[in-house]
Amino acid sequence: MRCSTTWSRIESPLLYGTRLRALSILTAVTLTAGFGLAFFYAPMDADQGFMQKIFYVHVPLAIVALCGFVFGGIMAIQHLRTGDARYDLRSYVAIHLSLILGAGVLVTGSIWARASWGHWWVWDEPTLVSFLVIFLLYATYQPLRFSIEDPDRQARYASVFAIIAGAFVPLNFLAVRLAQAYTHPRVFATTDGGLPAKMQLPFYLCLIGMALLFATLWKYEMASKNTSAKLRSLRRKLGGDEAVARRGRSAAPSLRTGS
Amino acid sequence: MRRAVGALLRKELRLELSAPQAVPAMALFSVTTLVVFHFALQRGQVDGDLAAGVLWVTLLFAAMLGTSRLFVADYEEGGLDGFLLAPVDRTALLVAKAVAMFAFLVAFEVVAVPAFALLLLGPTPDASAVARLVLVLALADAGVAVVGTLVGALAVQTRARDLLVPLLALPLLIPVVIAAAKATTPLLLATGAGAIPVRWLAILGLYDLVFGLLAYAVFDYLVED
Repeated sequence: MRCSTTWSRIESPLLYGTRLRALSILTAVTLTAGFGLAFFYAPMDADQGFMQKIFYVHVPLAIVALCGFVFGGIMAIQHLRTGDARYDLRSYVAIHLSLILGAGVLVTGSIWARASWGHWWVWDEPTLVSFLVIFLLYATYQPLRFSIEDPDRQARYASVFAIIAGAFVPLNFLAVRLAQAYTHPRVFATTDGGLPAKMQLPFYLCLIGMALLFATLWKYEMASKNTSAKLRSLRRKLGGDEAVARRGRSAAPSLRTGS
Repeated sequence: MRRAVGALLRKELRLELSAPQAVPAMALFSVTTLVVFHFALQRGQVDGDLAAGVLWVTLLFAAMLGTSRLFVADYEEGGLDGFLLAPVDRTALLVAKAVAMFAFLVAFEVVAVPAFALLLLGPTPDASAVARLVLVLALADAGVAVVGTLVGALAVQTRARDLLVPLLALPLLIPVVIAAAKATTPLLLATGAGAIPVRWLAILGLYDLVFGLLAYAVFDYLVED
């Protein structure tokens, strides 16, 4: 049974969650250290005061969410090229996690705008506006998937969407940025040498922590989705088709492993 | 390839000419929208950036109607199946649909833009301003046609077709709105038409190019099976 050994090596349910514990611990430690440094080591911003600390949450969240969208697009290209449904699952999980982080970006951005400029929403902050447009676009990803019943077509169309949207991200940033006659003074002022050194370390640590958080959540969801797909197929093997409840219409990709 | 595109395009245009559907709907919708704008803004005349905004919102929302109808007849009457049986490149369908969409947009704008000038626009643009407006319209229409073809093909196979088209297309067309509105504003100023900053035309051109290439790359996957 050479087949079954490769099967257990590649697709064993136990393997889906490998290194999850180490990754979780590393994430917790990095994020705690990053936030700790942000609060106790990084200097207070001269004109924004304590509120500027939200920068250490908001900006890493935004960068990670955008990278997640682009990662979803790259996985979608892989899916269309290879036709392997697992790439579709990777793309799906990345995009839907990025959407959740994206909601966080908009909320923290809004709070920051309120604190530093006095309004909950400002249109002349190009990065935030671009992010809103991208968020609105990706918000249609789930409805699009949900309204296509055939799983293969759903996967293929979702991948096409993910590629278009992924390419749209930089184009949109360019257009929105050019549309602003002036921009607000930013923490990241590239002209006067970027972040002060004492802000850099906490910021990069928070960024790495946030990226690790994304990776951890992504792996958790992948493990969960893979395991339940495997469970279904094992149930089907043991008890026949009747043993498994029919899967309703779903936006999530369906994996048919081991059948 | 050229013969396939020509045949498909003839089919599209003949269909629209014998049973007009998209163009009259878009034209009528745009005029109605202008009336709505008149009452909602409570103004008899607009100029400058407000005029550019009214014009582009009207054109874009009317274009959504055409987008959601673009593939419906083919899908329901079996035209897509017929096309897939033919031994031609799938890209031919993309090109034909995008060109047809572009033609529909131009046709309805022939009604919508003069209606806008007549009903709402305060200043009367001179010939050179009109020529520049036509350039902006052509560049923006190319982008709308390509994105509309992609979104139309994507949405036609879904259950919530008419819901998804504007939800997908409007965010994708935000860069077109930004650049087109910015480029149109100086043409509609009450103080006389000014020059268009070149960068907005460049943005529109870049958008058309990027989405043209993107559509070429992914369209095959939308008409498989």
